[in-house]
Amino acid sequence: MSGPVTSLTFHENARAACKDASLRQSLKKCTGIFQKKRREAVQALPLEELRDQASAIKLQVLDDLGAYVDRFAASATRAGAVVHRAKDAAAARETIFHILKDRSATKIVKSKSMVTEEIHLNEHLHRRGMQVIETDLGEYIVQLAGEKPSHILAPAIHKNRQQIGKLFAEKLRVPYTEDHLELLKIARDTLRQDFLTADAGITGANFALADTGSVVLVTNEGNGRMATTLPRLHIAVLTLEKIIPSLADLATFMRLLPRSASGQILSSYVSLITGPKKQGESTGAEEVHIVLVDNGRSEIVAGDCREILKCIRCSACLNACPVYATIGGHAYGSTYPGPMGIILTVLLDGMDKAYPLLDGTTLCGACDEVCPVKVPLTKMLATLRERRIAEGLTSTSEKAAMAGFKHAVNSPRAFDWGQRALRRLWPGLVLLSGEKILGRVPQPADRSLRRRMS
Amino acid sequence: MRVQLFGTCLVDTFFPETGEATVRLLEYFGVDVAYPREQTCCGKPADSVGYQDVSREAARHFLSVFEGPDPIVVPSGSCASMIKHHYPGLFKDDSRLRAKAEQTASRTYELTQFLVRVLKAHQTGFRGSGSITYHASCQLTRELSVREEPILLLKSIEGAQYVALPEADRCCGFGGAFMAKMPEVSMSLAYEKAQNIVGVGADTVTGCDQGCLMNISDALKRAGSNISVKHIAQVLAEGI
Repeated sequence: MSGPVTSLTFHENARAACKDASLRQSLKKCTGIFQKKRREAVQALPLEELRDQASAIKLQVLDDLGAYVDRFAASATRAGAVVHRAKDAAAARETIFHILKDRSATKIVKSKSMVTEEIHLNEHLHRRGMQVIETDLGEYIVQLAGEKPSHILAPAIHKNRQQIGKLFAEKLRVPYTEDHLELLKIARDTLRQDFLTADAGITGANFALADTGSVVLVTNEGNGRMATTLPRLHIAVLTLEKIIPSLADLATFMRLLPRSASGQILSSYVSLITGPKKQGESTGAEEVHIVLVDNGRSEIVAGDCREILKCIRCSACLNACPVYATIGGHAYGSTYPGPMGIILTVLLDGMDKAYPLLDGTTLCGACDEVCPVKVPLTKMLATLRERRIAEGLTSTSEKAAMAGFKHAVNSPRAFDWGQRALRRLWPGLVLLSGEKILGRVPQPADRSLRRRMS
Repeated sequence: MRVQLFGTCLVDTFFPETGEATVRLLEYFGVDVAYPREQTCCGKPADSVGYQDVSREAARHFLSVFEGPDPIVVPSGSCASMIKHHYPGLFKDDSRLRAKAEQTASRTYELTQFLVRVLKAHQTGFRGSGSITYHASCQLTRELSVREEPILLLKSIEGAQYVALPEADRCCGFGGAFMAKMPEVSMSLAYEKAQNIVGVGADTVTGCDQGCLMNISDALKRAGSNISVKHIAQVLAEGI
């Protein structure tokens, strides 16, 4: 591929991904397993009822987002955390950098977080001379490889065991193995030292509770707990829509999130962190900072795609999406891939930087079926396609074809004429479009149905 | 009973035999079929790409052609869904056309939906042979919730055997303009669909949307398979 991979080179990226047999195999296998496990896990639930409930709770917050943010900030402050607000990615990076610098923290362990990917935190701290170590196994793998996550839950979904074995051998100077338990042990041994010597832990949050000021982390590997208890400083970074009203509401989401994400009834760890370690408590960071990142949310919540902010990042829509399962996350050239990713990227990065992604859906609706919070994904994808056309971000030939089509749909005579012209010009059109497009369509019938019926 | 048949532009232009089979089928069940000559396209191809001004024009024309109280039968899940679920939203600012769109939507049926739900014709007693598998197209399944109707009809064919397709409701990769905008991804999905069809060892694959079937037919040919691909109207009409 020539040049950097961005959302604007989406078609080129997707084409390249289609040729990568090993990528396709990994994706098909993993998304297949995730889908199967999810299907089995939700069977015992009053699923529709819970989805409606979860959606209603999220909408309740979105309807009054400013007030909920204030409430959460006040509760968290009461609990002893220091709350910072950042308007955009740059402000968030600076805030986090200064919290670290003021405490002479140079070695940081991180638990998996998509918002820190969104604000490109790691690169920023590296440039300022800090060492940032991802401790989620998948994140650790992509960090070692110098890559980005290709899935919001399983960052290294694009890699198979052999590739990971080679990567570990090369980067960690260990003997090659493709045994997953061996690989796990290697990562664990290396990371253990990092946990014990880190100055700070940075995490995201799955939820934030407005009534208690707690930050909720849903994890499987235990690294989240170590990152928030071993170093003396914990910084939780979260975007505004992570806030839910109360601890009671968390129950609804906890029944949906692990099942939708990994097909688990419950994840191995659910941590509620309410301020720093208090007197008499044996674990917890001595200092807890919460960075509330807006980065476009205040604008999104006022627009017609506000419901994307209901998303709880479970990744069920990625796993269900036939396009994602074919091309993988890197092809999107964005932090968030798949159906939710297309929508969020267009809204966060701007239509002009992300419009090609809108071609990356067949609008099949498989994502809508699995979304645990009923984000109307297909509807929003269609809405954004309309906006794209309204902004003129499409080819001249498409505009011309649509202008002709607009005339034909209104006039049966023009339609009939168009059909006959199409038949006459067909061989030329096939050559023009190429084998992969009209070469897959049979030639128009000698006599159309309208002629046969008259 | 009288119905109005909307042939759909794809069937009209490329697959008129599917339209003729639909007529034979409906007439077999004693339905009087009118084919409004002024019909064109429902507007779906423009709508899904984002050209609402074009799909609104198409919808306006459709509403003026398909007047009256008679049911409208459509041999396509995606076109039927366009009329049923997308038309009313196109006229948010025009209460007269919106009401008309809603009235039209309420009497629009996809073919198998009409056969099973309105005519109660699921015990067809048709004859056939070999094994038949079925691709569940996206809008038919997820927007119209037509899941069992086609299968009931296929199972009622005497002498033929219905075999379930794994991942039957997985998108085949057609997606209207998607097949032209992302041809490699589209072909890759169609290839997977074809592999599943070959895997169940069916003699025929059918479905309710000619667009998907066209895409699947191409993928099967490329895979060197000679499995026959037919719209459900043809499969049923051949068994009369």
